[in-house]
Amino acid sequence: MTNLFVLQLLNGVQLGVLLFLIAAGLTLVFGIMDVVNLAHGVLYMVGAYFVATFAAWTGSFWWGLLLMLPAAVAVGLILELVVIRRLYTRSHLDQVLATFGLVMMANETVKIVWGVSPLSVPMPELLSGSVPLMGPLQYPVYRIAIIVAGLGVAAGLFLMVNYTRIGMLLRAGATNRAMVSALGIDIGKLFAVVFTLGAVLACLAGALIAPILSVDTGMGESVLILTFVVVVIGGIGSIKGAFLGAILVAVVDTLGGVFGPILLREVLDPAAAGQAGRMLAPMLVYILMAVILFAKPAGLFGGRA
Amino acid sequence: MAETTVSAAPHRTPAIAPRVKAAAVLFVLFALVPPVVTALGDPFLVLVATRILAYAIAALALDLILGYGAMVSFGHAAYLGFGTYAVAILSSYGVNDLFLQMLGAILVSAVFAFVTGAISLRTRGVYFIMITLAFGQMAFFFFISLSAYGGDDGYGLSNRSTIFGSDMLENDVTLFYVTLALLIALFALCHRIVSSRFGRVLTGIRENATRMEAIGYAPFRYQLTAFVISGCMTSVAGVLLANQAEFVSPAFMSWHRSGELIVMVVLGGIGTLTGAIGGAVAALLLEEFLGMVTDHWQLWFGLFLVLMVLFSPRGITGLVEQIGRRKR
Repeated sequence: MTNLFVLQLLNGVQLGVLLFLIAAGLTLVFGIMDVVNLAHGVLYMVGAYFVATFAAWTGSFWWGLLLMLPAAVAVGLILELVVIRRLYTRSHLDQVLATFGLVMMANETVKIVWGVSPLSVPMPELLSGSVPLMGPLQYPVYRIAIIVAGLGVAAGLFLMVNYTRIGMLLRAGATNRAMVSALGIDIGKLFAVVFTLGAVLACLAGALIAPILSVDTGMGESVLILTFVVVVIGGIGSIKGAFLGAILVAVVDTLGGVFGPILLREVLDPAAAGQAGRMLAPMLVYILMAVILFAKPAGLFGGRA
Repeated sequence: MAETTVSAAPHRTPAIAPRVKAAAVLFVLFALVPPVVTALGDPFLVLVATRILAYAIAALALDLILGYGAMVSFGHAAYLGFGTYAVAILSSYGVNDLFLQMLGAILVSAVFAFVTGAISLRTRGVYFIMITLAFGQMAFFFFISLSAYGGDDGYGLSNRSTIFGSDMLENDVTLFYVTLALLIALFALCHRIVSSRFGRVLTGIRENATRMEAIGYAPFRYQLTAFVISGCMTSVAGVLLANQAEFVSPAFMSWHRSGELIVMVVLGGIGTLTGAIGGAVAALLLEEFLGMVTDHWQLWFGLFLVLMVLFSPRGITGLVEQIGRRKR
C-alpha cells in the first residue's frame, strides 16, 4: 500500500510538473495580455509532433529536442504576429471564437501532415530502464528525468520572474498593464516575448512527454482543460499559483483515480465502490476547483477576479 | 460602446417587431422543408433539418444568457448531454413519454445549472469562461465513465420517445414538426422573457452591473435565474437530438460542441434571439456543405472563424451590429 502510494505520488508530481510547464505560459498570457487562448493545448500537441518528426529525421531524441526549440519559437512568434496580436483589444468572446477556430485548423492540419494514426517517439537510451527507489520499488528513469527537467525549468522561471528586468516587467504587466505602457515600455514587444515564452514551454511539455505517451491529435485537448483548472485554481497571472495549482491538480487526479475506489470500498461493497470510484475519479479535480473557487473566487494567488 | 447601446435602449421596443417578423418568416420556411425535400425525393434531409432545429433551440437558449446577460458559457454542451441521456436512461427504465423525459432533463439541468452557475457567477470575464468550460468537461467525463450506458462508445436507443403513449415520433416528419413547434414555443417564451421586467434588469446588468446594484437590484440572482433557465432550455434540445439520432454518446457534450453553440449565436448576431436561430442554420449548413466538398471541413471552418474575427472591424459581433444598424 505504501509502495503504491509512493509510486502514484511520483506519477502525480510528474504530471504536475508537466501541467506547470503548460500552465505557466497560459497564466501569463491571461494575466498580462488578458487573452483567452484556447489554442494553448495545440502548442503542447505540436511540440510532441515536432520532436517525433525531428527525432525520426536525426535518429536521436536529443537532436529532436534541440531542433524542436527553434521550431517552437517560430510557431509562437508567427501565431502571435498573425492572430493573437490582433486579439488584444477584442472582447473575450472574439478571442474565444478566433482561438477556437485555430484549434479546429491546427487539429485538422496535424491530421493532414502527420496522418491520423498515433506516432511514437523512441525513449532515449540514456534515460530508459528503471531505478530502485525503496525496497522492491522500481521507478522509470525517464519519469524522474521529466520531474527534474520540469523543476529545473520552474526554478529558472522563478529566478527570471523575480530577479531579472524582463521578469519585473512581467510582474508589473500582470498587475497593471496600462501603467507599464504609460511608463514607456514597448508593450507590444513584451506581449510577443510573453506569448513566445509560453508557446515554447507548452511545446517543451509536449516534447518531454512524447516518449511515454502516444502522440495523437487529441492529446492537446484533455490537457488544455486540466490546465485551465490549474490556472483558475492558482489565480490568473501568478506563476507561483500555477506551480502549486499544477501539483495539486495532478496529485489529486492521480491519487484519486487509484485510491478513490480503495477508500470507497470501506463504505460500499466492492462492485459498487469500483463503479462509483471510476465515475467520481475524473470529476475530483473539478470538485476541487469548485471548492477552492467557492472560498476564493480569484484563485489561491489571484489578485483580481 | 456602452454609451451607444444605452442610448439605443429606448428604441429597442419598436425594433423588436421586425426581428419577430424575420423569425416568423424563418418558421414558415422551416415548415415547408418536409414537403419540399420529399418532393425532391430526398426525405433523409428531414432528419438533417430536425438536427438543425434542435441546435437552433440550444443556440436560442445560449443567446438568452450570452446576448442578454453577457455570460459567455463555454459549457452549454453539458445540458445537451443531460437531455440526450435523460432519454436513454429513462427509456431504459420504461419511461418513454417525451414530456416526462423532458421533465427529467430539465430537473437535472436545473440542479446542475444552479450549483455550477452559483459558483461560476462569483467570477467574471476570463474566469467565467474557463470555469463553465471546466464544469462542462466534468459532466462529459461523468458520462464517459457511465459504463452502464456504453461509456465512451455511446448507447443506441431502441425506440424514439412516445407522446401520450403514441409512437408517432417514429415518423421523421412528425418528429420534425414537433421539434419545430417546440422551437416556436421556446422562441415565444424567450421573447417574453427578454421583454419582461426580468429581461430588462438582465440587460441592465449586462450594461453596468454596478449601477443596477446601486438602484437596488441584486445582479447575482437575476443572472443565476437566467443561467438556470438557459440550461433547462438547452436540455430540451438534447432530448430532441437523442430522438433525431436515436443514439446518445458523450460526444454530444464535448467542449467542441459548446464552442459550436457559441459560434452559432455569434454568427447570427448576439442578443437578437432570431439571430441565434439563423446562426444555427448557417453554421450547420456551412458544416454540411464543407463536409460534402472536402474531407477536412474543420480546417476551413476554423479558417472561416479566424478570418471573420480578424477582418471585421470589431469582430463578428461588430459586423453583425453594423449590418443591423444599416438596415434599421
